[in-house]
Amino acid sequence: MAKKPITLTVDGVSYSDDVEPRTLLVQYLREQLGKTGTLVGCDTTNCGACTVHLDGRSVKSCTMFAVQADGHDVTTIEGIASEDGTLHPMQQAFHESHALQCGFCTPGMIMQSIDLATEHPDPDEATVRENLEGNLCRCTGYQNIVKAVQAGAKEMSGRTGAPADEAGVA
Amino acid sequence: MIPTAFDYEAPETVEDAVRLLAEGGDDVKVLAGGQSLIPVLKLRLAGPELIVDLGRIDGLRGIREDADDLVIGAMTPHHEVASSGLVREHAALLAEAASTVADPQVRHRGTFGGALVHADPAGDLPAPALALGASFEIAGPGGTRTVPAAEFFVDLFTTAVGEDEILTAVRVPKHTGWGAAYEKFVRVSQQWSIVAVAATVRLDGSSIAEVRLGLTNMGSTPVRPEAAEQALIGVSPVAEAVEAAVAGVADGTTPPEDLNGTADYRRHLARVLARRAVLRAAGA
Repeated sequence: MAKKPITLTVDGVSYSDDVEPRTLLVQYLREQLGKTGTLVGCDTTNCGACTVHLDGRSVKSCTMFAVQADGHDVTTIEGIASEDGTLHPMQQAFHESHALQCGFCTPGMIMQSIDLATEHPDPDEATVRENLEGNLCRCTGYQNIVKAVQAGAKEMSGRTGAPADEAGVA
Repeated sequence: MIPTAFDYEAPETVEDAVRLLAEGGDDVKVLAGGQSLIPVLKLRLAGPELIVDLGRIDGLRGIREDADDLVIGAMTPHHEVASSGLVREHAALLAEAASTVADPQVRHRGTFGGALVHADPAGDLPAPALALGASFEIAGPGGTRTVPAAEFFVDLFTTAVGEDEILTAVRVPKHTGWGAAYEKFVRVSQQWSIVAVAATVRLDGSSIAEVRLGLTNMGSTPVRPEAAEQALIGVSPVAEAVEAAVAGVADGTTPPEDLNGTADYRRHLARVLARRAVLRAAGA
């Protein structure tokens, strides 16, 4: 089966490659670009460990082909800290709240939490839990994750001066 | 898990997509948002020779008004349906149901039309679409045709869309200002509905003037319990009256039996969820 040429932006850098159509986006990120910060957990669209942003919205990169990302903008966990190494506010909040034990779910949790905070700048606990329904952590019981997301969201809205919660998805 | 190898085409027009389907023969799959198809391919439950991706056809995405209808492009993601001001105003039931599909990441990729054509009996869009009397615009080699909801859902995972056709848009009669609720029973978040009930209600003063109901996973296709709808007309939205009116909501249904519950258990759920859905839709 013929390979297809794709051109996409990943973490601010443009890449052009030939890929087999069946190559999953997460495979392309990890195996072709070496961006192993994005993890494969369940590989069945359940756990959310592979969450990245496509054109600014969270998606599960194990449930998308790389060819579908042709012409689009992908952001992974490796592209959210500042160039000088300063952590993204959501990464910093996960660090400060110790929102992890083994850490395997953390990249996906952080990417989904940034998406959540963009839509809900000051989320209550229920909003955080509902919006993390597609991300599974098998260690923590989620308590510190919820704390971290609330703190990170506040920090993000403070930093960007975002307006009050626009309440997109109920 | 990696799918078997396939050829991939991403046409930019509906005409090209239909032509590719015709040329591809029996072993072609249409890719919309991929949130059901890609897991199936990864499990190698399907291994098509060719995949035709509709993601590059701009005209298939978006929500617009057309006189007394809302027209929702087949490739509009669930998230857009759930958060659309037009949908919330004119077909709130669809926004309610779309906001319960899977999880946020899946709602960003999964599409309204894809979920309807997939026609999973436990999927959340078919019953609301049936309840609202939607019609389905389908393009094929002979041009386009429109199919009403009552004829669209044919069987388990089977719709009126032929192998050489694609769904382009769904036309939904406006139900402006109607209250709506989608009551979905699941044991864990993200799960498919064990049973769900869709209800949308127009009140006249303190009683129900008009109501539409739809049942999810109470048979191989969605069910519209019209006798229960009739029984609700003129009823005050209070628990005892609504409970009595929907007592027969599961009559004549053939729900599945599986590890999540027996058919009788599902009929019980349908009655309970119908009461909750009607009351919530009525703002009670």
